[in-house]
Amino acid sequence: MPGMRRPLYRDDALVLRVQKLGEADRIVTLLTRQHGRVRAVAKGVRRTTSRFGARLEPFSHIDVQCSEGTSLDSVTQVEARDMLGRRFLTDYPRYTAASAIVELAERLTPVEREPAMRLYQLTLGALRALADAERPGTLVLDAYLLRAMSQAGWAPALRDCAVCGEPGPHRAFSVPSGGVTCLNCRPPGAAHPDPATLDLMSALLVGDWAAAQDTEAAVQRECAGFVAAHLQWHLERQLRSLPLVDRREPA
Amino acid sequence: MYEGAIQDLIDELGRLPGVGPKSAQRIAFHVLAADQTDIKRLAAALTRVKEQVRFCVQCYNVAEEDSCRICRDPRRREDAICVVEEPKDVVAIERTNEFRGRYHVLGGAINPLEGVGPDNLRIRELMARLSSGKVTELILATDPNTEGEATATYLALMVKPMGITVSRLASGLPVGGDLEYADEITLGRAFEGRRTL
Repeated sequence: MPGMRRPLYRDDALVLRVQKLGEADRIVTLLTRQHGRVRAVAKGVRRTTSRFGARLEPFSHIDVQCSEGTSLDSVTQVEARDMLGRRFLTDYPRYTAASAIVELAERLTPVEREPAMRLYQLTLGALRALADAERPGTLVLDAYLLRAMSQAGWAPALRDCAVCGEPGPHRAFSVPSGGVTCLNCRPPGAAHPDPATLDLMSALLVGDWAAAQDTEAAVQRECAGFVAAHLQWHLERQLRSLPLVDRREPA
Repeated sequence: MYEGAIQDLIDELGRLPGVGPKSAQRIAFHVLAADQTDIKRLAAALTRVKEQVRFCVQCYNVAEEDSCRICRDPRRREDAICVVEEPKDVVAIERTNEFRGRYHVLGGAINPLEGVGPDNLRIRELMARLSSGKVTELILATDPNTEGEATATYLALMVKPMGITVSRLASGLPVGGDLEYADEITLGRAFEGRRTL
């Protein structure tokens, strides 16, 4: 009804994606602490006179107030908590890793307004780790992909057989089977990764950074390949940003 | 729903960016009421833009010949190239009368979330222009947003080893505004880019 005030809500959020709308507006996709994934219109934010347009850039950690709408909510106020993107935009490989992180966060929240507190915390932690630049960006990305899949119920089996549960360690790895398999369950075409690669995947899954950072570049590359294959199998569609991740180390 | 030609026109207008169903209907009835000569001129302009306008073979700005007006102008500096995302950015910079060099239009910005990587832009063509050895300065004038900054970072990473001076447009306060109304990010950038008087 005209003149009726729409309910307001306030939440902590990460900006996952922004899309242009009309002359000067944007649709922002937010992953909020309490309201899950939310899409909202931010009016006039592309104008240089906008008071909060700069805070609604991708990867920003913000305190946002929105008014509820019928199809899309509207952003009414934004305060910056940490402009995380600004801290890694001068490092191209980290920017591409961050893009893959926010794309997966969006894909793992298919239903709007369904709370996803653990995913929110995991995504915020990963973006902070990229911004702090204390750990290799590619390892931060692979750790995020593994843990996010684990939260979604798709953790790869890395020790015991994924099919029959026979205690490991096992050498064969099959993406369709869900991880390592014993000799009896090994399907045709199963890969045989370097044992150090499986150890690295385990270390990334539990956050053993000392062990993870101690691995060779070839092992990290093989690990990235298995993580990407495992992710694509479960999502059924590849992340658009994953092939564009720049895995060279910054100069 | 209208019948025949008028509904066809509303449908076609409604496919244009920023034109909703109401605006499409308003424009369609304006066309219907307008003078025949005006509408013929509009139709001719629409046809001509598709038939005659192409991309400049050097800078990829819009042009009606092989090269655009700026690339054909011998008075423009050949040692400085300003990199922009879209042809409309060329017009915006030309309005300043501050830059007398040449341009390179990328055709967008790196945006991994939309599947746009360096190979989808005219970066290879830019590198070919730079390898001629004539260019000594590259000015990165991509948009001051996340995608524009990332594109500028990528280009700087690629071009700096060639020994070319790479600069980025400054960010700061809009002229005529009040300091108290500036957001902290813009104000912070203005502080970073302050200059000695």
